[in-house]
Amino acid sequence: MVAIWIAIGVVAAVGAVAALALGVADRYLAVQEDPRIGLVTAALPGANCGGCGFPGCDGYARALVAGTAANGACAAGGEACAAAVAKILGVEATATERRVAVVHCCGTRSNAIRVGDYNGIADCSAAAAVAGGDKGCRFGCLGYGACANVCPKHAIMVSDGLAKVDKRLCIGCGKCVNVCPRKIIELVPAKATLHVLCNNPLRGPEVRKVCKVGCMGCHLCEKNSGGKEAGHFTFDGFLAKVNYDNFPTDAALVGKCPAKCIVEDAHFESGH
Amino acid sequence: MRYIVIIIGAVLVNNFVLSRFLGCCPFLGVSKKTETAVGMSGAVVFVMTIAAAVTWLLDRYLLQPFGLGYIHTLVFILVIAALVQFIDIAMKRFLPPLHAALGIFLPLITTNCAVLGVAELNLKNGTPFLESVLFAFAAALGFGFALVIFSGIREKLAHANPPRCFRGVALALVTAGLLSLAFMGFSGLVKTPY
Repeated sequence: MVAIWIAIGVVAAVGAVAALALGVADRYLAVQEDPRIGLVTAALPGANCGGCGFPGCDGYARALVAGTAANGACAAGGEACAAAVAKILGVEATATERRVAVVHCCGTRSNAIRVGDYNGIADCSAAAAVAGGDKGCRFGCLGYGACANVCPKHAIMVSDGLAKVDKRLCIGCGKCVNVCPRKIIELVPAKATLHVLCNNPLRGPEVRKVCKVGCMGCHLCEKNSGGKEAGHFTFDGFLAKVNYDNFPTDAALVGKCPAKCIVEDAHFESGH
Repeated sequence: MRYIVIIIGAVLVNNFVLSRFLGCCPFLGVSKKTETAVGMSGAVVFVMTIAAAVTWLLDRYLLQPFGLGYIHTLVFILVIAALVQFIDIAMKRFLPPLHAALGIFLPLITTNCAVLGVAELNLKNGTPFLESVLFAFAAALGFGFALVIFSGIREKLAHANPPRCFRGVALALVTAGLLSLAFMGFSGLVKTPY
């Protein structure tokens, strides 16, 4: 009987000492964290997408409170989020323009030829590493969905060998931009409605050999949008690019593109 | 020499996960990415080494004098759990970078069977203090070794295209089994009681 009481006593004593030690530690070793860190973290979207360049929303919140990060770097939260953070920190909000990703390619399987039969790992980087991929165009979307796999919001869908971004789901974190081996994804202002869906800077005949809808650099889009002075388009070799600092809004440009690679609202809208 | 035998025995021959099957939960749970596997391994090395030292002292100077060897499991769990909590708090205060690296893994490993297992084994074998701590350190190193290898394999397997019935956990378990078989090749390398 005594043995039981000794056992109970020892265990209770060990427990009590441990509890006391933890209590004391919690009291005297507690780290005084700025309470604003918690508030800012709560104001951020909590998607932990890393689009701001910090490890997760918590990391960004710490940097914001420490004053080492600029408010408004959160593309996912947008202006409302920046305003909420500004209110907590007591500083002016800088307006953030919502940006979304766009895939600069419209070479579906029927439009762009395939020069090989690729049966390897279903990943764009792997496919690109094997003799430059199976697509005839060396600049186009490979369609193995590296961007779709990395997207934290599942906003990218690959159909008919082409990745497309859902404008409403995209939070503009830029992960797809970095992962694409062809570098054909770009973050553009969500307000821009017209896009040149091609990334091939080669001459017209060479583009035509591999794709029915590739940009040939004819400059018609530039002429039809008010000429060079209007500055709605820039050119890289024989490739037209929308100048997103001064993007065109005239929907008639779509029909006037002989290559049919200028598209109004390139973003598909998924059912969800 | 004796110490080298202990280390080789604990890391390779009697690997904690692959031949003793202790700590299978974190082995399967945090092995999807090598990055987290390394963090977890660090936390395990830290906790297991300290737990072995504390439980050895506790057994020698508290439980044995009172003749309470039969409740050592209970006391060990209590003390290890409290100790890890304490280390967590203290580390946050004094070593913030280390806490940032290991922080989220510390509570996960608190009451793991590998941690308790090393204390139990030391007790069962009646190992001296220094060897107990070394054994715990080596065992944790072996755990981390297996975990990092396993996570590396799983990262590669994520790109594979297995039959649907094998996807996910099934494939992970088969992989763990094969890895365990591979480690069987080390048996008999050194003769060790541990």
